[in-house]
Amino acid sequence: MTGDHWYDDAAGPVVRPYTMTRGRTRGPGEDRLDLIALVVAEDFLTDHPDDVHAAADRTLSPEHLDIAGLVRHAPQSVAELATGLDLPVGVVRVLVGDLIDGGYVRVSRPVPPAELPDEGILREVIEGLRAL
Amino acid sequence: MVFGRTDRRKQNAVTPLALKLLVAGGFGVGKTTLVGAISEIKPLRTEELLTEASRPVDDTSGVEAKRTTTVAMDFGRITLRDDLVLYLFGTPGQNRFWFLWDELAQGALGAVVLADTRRLEDCFAAVDYFERRGIAFTLAVNCFDGAERHPEEAVRDALDLDPGVPVVMCDARERESVKEVLVSVVEHALAGGASRSPATV
Repeated sequence: MTGDHWYDDAAGPVVRPYTMTRGRTRGPGEDRLDLIALVVAEDFLTDHPDDVHAAADRTLSPEHLDIAGLVRHAPQSVAELATGLDLPVGVVRVLVGDLIDGGYVRVSRPVPPAELPDEGILREVIEGLRAL
Repeated sequence: MVFGRTDRRKQNAVTPLALKLLVAGGFGVGKTTLVGAISEIKPLRTEELLTEASRPVDDTSGVEAKRTTTVAMDFGRITLRDDLVLYLFGTPGQNRFWFLWDELAQGALGAVVLADTRRLEDCFAAVDYFERRGIAFTLAVNCFDGAERHPEEAVRDALDLDPGVPVVMCDARERESVKEVLVSVVEHALAGGASRSPATV
C-alpha cells in the first residue's frame, strides 16, 4: 500500500458488493446460474471488439463492461469471472443476468443436474486426462 | 490469457462442454495442493487467516504447518479438448461451511475424498455426504511425509467403504499421481452408470 490510504485489502471492499447490482441479489432469470455455466459473448460484442464501451448501453456499469470485456476473448465460467474480477459469485450472477437480458451474452449451461453426461463423454474425459 | 489468440468467430461456433469434479476431505488434508498440481490456472480461492474464534473448530493438531484455511472454494480448470473443459472444485474443509456443498455438488460428475491416515476420521463426513447422494467418489489417501502408511484394506475397513469404491494411494503434489486419482473417479462414475442416481441435491 502506498500513499496515505487508510484502508487496505484486509479492510474489505470499500464499496459494498451488492451496490454494484443496485441491491439485487437475484438475477432476472429464475434459474440460478451454475458456477460452471459458460458465459459466451454474443456476436454484437465480438463484432465490436475494441468498442464495447461505445457500443454498450449507457445503463451498463463498469462491472458489466468488465465481464463483457473478459468473455469477448473466450467463454468464461461464472466461477472464473467471479475470481477474475474479485467479485462475489452472487454479484456476478446478477450482472450476467443483466447482460443476457441486454443481448450481450448468452450462457451455455452445463449438463442438467438431473442427467449424467453420456458414457461417450465420460470416456472422452478419461482419455483426455490420460493424455495430459 | 490462455485463449488470447483464439479466433473469435471460431470460438463462437464451439462452446466447450463444462464438467465438474469435487475435491473433498478434512481441513488441511491437501485439497488445494491437489487442485494446484493439475490445474492449468493457478488455483483460485479465498483464504482467511485462522482467528482466535475459529480455533476450537479448526483442530490443527497433526497439521501444525497449516495456518490459513479455505473459507470459500478453490477451483482449477483442465482443458481436455477445445470442446471439453473439466473444473475442479475444492469443498470447504470445515463443517460450518457445509451449506456451500450442495451447490457445488449439483451436477458433479464425481468426487475425490482426500484422506490423511493420521486423521482418517476427518473424512467421515465427506464419505457420508457422497454416499447419501449417490455421487461416485474415489477415496484418495494423501501419503504425507511422516505419515504412517496403512494398507488399503485397513483404510477401507476403517471407513466401512462400499466394496465398489476405489481406494488410491496418492501424492497430492504430483501431477501424475493426481491424474490417476481423477481417472479413477471418472472410471468409477462410468462403471456406476445407470445403477446410480444422478447427482441431484
